[in-house]
Amino acid sequence: MNYWPLLGVAVVIAGFVRRDNPVLVVVVAGVVSGLAAGFSVPELLGLLGTSFVSNRALLLYALTLPAIGVLERAGLREHAARWIGSLRGLTLARLLTSYLLLRQVLSMLGLTNVAGQAQTVRPLLAPMSEATAELRGPPLGDADRQRVRAMAAATDNVGLFFGEDVFLALGAVLLIQGFYATHGIVLAPLAIALWALPTAIAAFVIHALRVLLFERALTRRRAVAAAAETAHAED
Amino acid sequence: MLRIEYAYWLLAAFLAAAAWINLRERRLAAAAFWAVLALLFGGGTGVLAADAAGNPLPARIAGVGVLLLALLAPRMRRVQVEEVSPEMRLSSAVRLGHRLFLPALLIPGVTLLVAVLGGYLIADGHRLFAADQMTLTGLALASLLAALAALRMTRAPAPAALREGRRLLDTLGWAALLPLVLAALGGVFTQSGVGQDIAHGVGLLIPVDSRLACVLAYGLGMVVFTVIMGNAFAAFPVLTAGIGLPLLVQLHGASPAIVGSLGMLCGYCGTLLTPMAANFNIVPVALLELDSPYAVIRAQWPTALLLLAFNLVLMSALAFR
Repeated sequence: MNYWPLLGVAVVIAGFVRRDNPVLVVVVAGVVSGLAAGFSVPELLGLLGTSFVSNRALLLYALTLPAIGVLERAGLREHAARWIGSLRGLTLARLLTSYLLLRQVLSMLGLTNVAGQAQTVRPLLAPMSEATAELRGPPLGDADRQRVRAMAAATDNVGLFFGEDVFLALGAVLLIQGFYATHGIVLAPLAIALWALPTAIAAFVIHALRVLLFERALTRRRAVAAAAETAHAED
Repeated sequence: MLRIEYAYWLLAAFLAAAAWINLRERRLAAAAFWAVLALLFGGGTGVLAADAAGNPLPARIAGVGVLLLALLAPRMRRVQVEEVSPEMRLSSAVRLGHRLFLPALLIPGVTLLVAVLGGYLIADGHRLFAADQMTLTGLALASLLAALAALRMTRAPAPAALREGRRLLDTLGWAALLPLVLAALGGVFTQSGVGQDIAHGVGLLIPVDSRLACVLAYGLGMVVFTVIMGNAFAAFPVLTAGIGLPLLVQLHGASPAIVGSLGMLCGYCGTLLTPMAANFNIVPVALLELDSPYAVIRAQWPTALLLLAFNLVLMSALAFR
């Protein structure tokens, strides 16, 4: 057994720890593993070339960029912001749970790039989360404000991940299908995507409950802090 | 007949346009990066055909292209590309209202339509959509239709689609390529026997006769590998070639669709736990101006662990029927 190809794994770890450019790290890791496995340089180049080209379906989502770019130019983000801002009766838990649901459904439909940490969380979800948390009560302390923002970012991630691989034409399902196809097992994308559905539902339930508990703990913490403040003032 | 090659050629044309715009703006690294990628996409089908016919030269040239991309990636700087002013976007948003959502919804709508009905569309005795990768062909067609609808509705000039598409492409930068190179790394790892190494190691460590031990080794292996690599896509081919396929599917007769789908989802739980998944866990720390680099991971680890347990239970319960 030749264990030297595992050096490539070490290269990945070292590269990410050193914060080198991930594309460079990953390609160098491939070269190291290939050479350690005894491939000649031309063979290795051919292997890199065919592996890369065979996986080019993974970039097809870039074809959606011109349409989304034109819509952004026409104010898609601004319209979404105004629309969500006009909804009444929001609490932090309701806001984050609705966003979680919307993000999951959009990802399931393949619209992963409609939302994101830069597109929606920083400009929309984080400030709206802070605002809804402050609707009933005093302004948030610094530590709690950071917790609320981090929870908004986490909610986006959970919604993206556990909606994404229910979509048929997106990376995960295709990678699974492609992997099995190269090993002689032919699967329909739908058969793979369907098995991601139970976990998508579980992700929604689990994270929604956590958001609810988070809001309760936040309210409690601030009530205690407010009481301490009052007691202090009466001294 | 609409084939997936047309989608790749369409993408190659878009990448070439992005390269051209960058060249005119003297952003040479980005121009070279998208140009090389455009060539790889334009020539991809030819490369694979030549390789299958026993001519390895085009594949080797493609390999050189991949090395070039890796060398160019660190030189690409994220530059704020000019956008239309916020005032103009806002007035346009007020004017167009909910109509703005329509072209955006065309993308999933048409994709789904082609995926479900594409097989039944026949013109002159020929299928309209080739069976191979029909869903993706549908996605490409949907993107094209959505871009046309968006242009028509906003009355923007046609080159705006390329300009705005390029703006988003340059925002993504080399990160757009990461899933692809990680998949290629998986291919090299598989050929180099990294999967077998790990499977061999795991085979020595666990009782392979036990279904439960194999499920745990595969699911937890996906988590650990994803934490190390920062990406479940990179972990999937290695761990599935090493454990999922030989032990779960072949030895214990598990359903490959269930093993693959839930295995990938175990990896996603790992993505929620690792600073290596920088886009998701570290970039927002910067965007939201948080003090601790682990603030986002701290907010999501309980969800990740509970879901992991769910996935493992589901896999052991359903995969072996």
